[in-house]
Amino acid sequence: MIRFIPILNPNRFRAAWVSLGAILCAAIVTGFLFAAYGSNPLEVYRIMISGTLFETQGLAEVARRTIPLLLIGVGLTLAFRAQFFNIGAEGQMLLGAIFAAIIPLFFPLGVLSIPVMLVMGAIGGGLGALLAALLRQRFAVNEILSTLMLNYVAYYLVLYLIAGPWKGKNVRGFIYTDEFPNFAQMPLIGGTLVHYPTLILGIIAAVALQILLSKTTLGFELRVVGENAGAARYTGISVPRIVIIMAMITGGLAGIAGAAEVSAIHHRLLEPAQISLGYGFTAIIVAWLARGHPILVLVTAPFMGIILAGGDLLKIVLNMPFRIVDVFSGVMLLSLIASEIFVSNRIKWGK
Amino acid sequence: MSSAPFLELRGITKRFPGVVANDQVSLEVHSGEVLALLGENGAGKSTLISILYGLYRPDEGQILLEGTPVQIASPSHALKLGIGLVPQHPVLVNRHSVAENLALGLGGFFPAGRITPKIIELAKQYGLSIDPKAKINQLSPGEKQRVEILRALLGGARVLILDEPTSVLTPQEAEALFRVMRGLREAGKSLIFISHKLEEVLAITDRVTVLRRGKVVGGLKTSDATKSKLAELMVGRSVDFTRKRQTATLGEPLLEVSNLCAKNSRGLDGLKNVSFTLHQGEVIGVAGVAGNGQSELIEILAGLHPKTSGSILLAGQELEPNPAKLFAAGVAHIPEDRIRMGTVPSMTVSDNLALREYAAKPLANGLMRDFMALEENAQSKILEYAVATPSSSTPSRLLSGGNIQKVILARELGKNAKLILAVHPTYGLDIGATDQVHQVLLERTKAGACVLLVSEDLEELLSLSDKIAILYHGELKGPFEVSQISREQIGLYMTGGEA
Repeated sequence: MIRFIPILNPNRFRAAWVSLGAILCAAIVTGFLFAAYGSNPLEVYRIMISGTLFETQGLAEVARRTIPLLLIGVGLTLAFRAQFFNIGAEGQMLLGAIFAAIIPLFFPLGVLSIPVMLVMGAIGGGLGALLAALLRQRFAVNEILSTLMLNYVAYYLVLYLIAGPWKGKNVRGFIYTDEFPNFAQMPLIGGTLVHYPTLILGIIAAVALQILLSKTTLGFELRVVGENAGAARYTGISVPRIVIIMAMITGGLAGIAGAAEVSAIHHRLLEPAQISLGYGFTAIIVAWLARGHPILVLVTAPFMGIILAGGDLLKIVLNMPFRIVDVFSGVMLLSLIASEIFVSNRIKWGK
Repeated sequence: MSSAPFLELRGITKRFPGVVANDQVSLEVHSGEVLALLGENGAGKSTLISILYGLYRPDEGQILLEGTPVQIASPSHALKLGIGLVPQHPVLVNRHSVAENLALGLGGFFPAGRITPKIIELAKQYGLSIDPKAKINQLSPGEKQRVEILRALLGGARVLILDEPTSVLTPQEAEALFRVMRGLREAGKSLIFISHKLEEVLAITDRVTVLRRGKVVGGLKTSDATKSKLAELMVGRSVDFTRKRQTATLGEPLLEVSNLCAKNSRGLDGLKNVSFTLHQGEVIGVAGVAGNGQSELIEILAGLHPKTSGSILLAGQELEPNPAKLFAAGVAHIPEDRIRMGTVPSMTVSDNLALREYAAKPLANGLMRDFMALEENAQSKILEYAVATPSSSTPSRLLSGGNIQKVILARELGKNAKLILAVHPTYGLDIGATDQVHQVLLERTKAGACVLLVSEDLEELLSLSDKIAILYHGELKGPFEVSQISREQIGLYMTGGEA
């Protein structure tokens, strides 16, 4: 029989070991799946790793996927710390893309376009999360449900716009907008799809939010609200104010990620499934792995970037369906959540 | 009474990192006997209960049940062996009925219906009046406790461990509990009664085992025990039971409440035309059974609950319902719930000590927190209040109840405190810690602060207050000078009678 013995004050590295163990566990479980598909799991992992980390093009692919995961993941760690379970980053990302597209399509601003698009993206994503926050505040609507549902609203809003009022005049039968003018296209590292301005922004966001959380009074208030709302009320911290600020930050960062994707990679607003490859959901794992520390997203986002890029390779090299990556991510999230008990408990075998 | 004990512990030792929670503890309880387990917080009572109930394994020692050594693997195993626990705070599903709660874990279809006759039978046998169809959230604390007792009895418990059972009860409910306990004793059950309240121990138990710092320091027949003897064993020094309060010198009126009305959280009248005046240096005790408007009164004064009418003047100014501003104006609040309101258990002692003034100088410089100042603040308060904590960066959830309360006192009772709202300030604390809390409160009144003390412990109210008021159904009787009112009168007012 197994028994769990609580550890009162767990070592800070314990969480890291447990997470690594969970990832390993997920890799083994998924390995069986690869084997069932007829591939040698070790070979599959070798291809995933060598093709992403030891090739320039592979690294670029990892970086490309890391960028949105980094921005969204950083925002989500903050939201999770404040006990605001934002499952709607995917939708907030799309709203950011919609808001950003307004600039090149209707108000071309020349060289100012890209910064203004990012700001618009932040506003769009922020408003999406704010709606859920206000619903929770005013009517006690569970934000997990509302943010999840708002994903669909954003998804179909994009579809409506690109098939209807915003449908490009020069795109014939395709459903997407016209291409953005040159000045609204974010620069890339030559020969890749890595939009380095956003990458830098993401790194800054990770550092800034870590400082916000651990060094500022606002961060302290946010932690009090997240860890004990009763104490927040008692000491006079305005819970609505904190939740609204936090929603704007978490939604805003997702919105920036969406704006950057359409500005740098696609150069137009197009089908939602192409704007985001499920980044908003994968970022939940990124944030979970970082365990509430924005700075650790600098490690966990590239990690998930490797898995996403590696999944692409499997599709090309081994002819696997792309969705295999979703299975991998899903198994990983499950093992991470299941592993939570090992962070605060040790196991004892026997009687 | 048979000569062989029903349950016996021999040399139980349990170590945790840094502490020996139980050190060679031996005790025994016979059938048809009530054993008191007495000890301060941190004396090792909880650990011992957890061992008996299969939550912890002892590192050394033996547990014997009817002379046979047993290994208790889990709470369900404990119950199978006949050991039942009535926890201090009931662990019940609020929205479910009594029968449904008791049927939990039975399996099969419609277990609640199946066991209802048995519940009624047991309830009748032991005088545990309860409606099996009532929802838990409609029950009083006393009734919830009866459900827990029934759960243990249904499981076939022959030893019942009652963990501070009276801490949530009114005096009348406690009396009813004692009747049930006597019935159980006559039916041949063994009871282990855990309490800090010496009167109760003397009133209901047959033998007393006293724990101090994890060790058994005394075992005696209740008939040979006196209050002061037990207290001395418990804390290791003699304790003064006389009135702690000296005659106060009153200053200007500081808090003037007139015709205060408010709704409670269910939208009903929580307070009806409450009026009283609190002077500098004065202590007014508010007696009453929980739920008669105490929470509303304190929360309004702390800026946490809206009033519907009436006026509250604090130093001549209408009180502004904003907890942060009120604290700055000198209103200290020692809340009823230390864990859900008074502290953030996952945060460090240092952060908890800064929960009020984290954003003001010197603890913050603009938007940035000043960690040097925070550490200084923590160290000086830990020292001043003798908070027993491994360090200032220890999460407060790892502290004992008394030390958590000290953290709250240290934070709330700064130099600025003028009006102290203290709700059950010594609830669950041992005699030593209680004494310290009382001393701190009285010291503040010498410095001109006034105290509104809400407590269900009449001893405490009579020992500390200058005046006593009683809340019943939202109406305030009094305040009366302590010398002008008797315990009986207070008891009558508490239950709605007229004295």
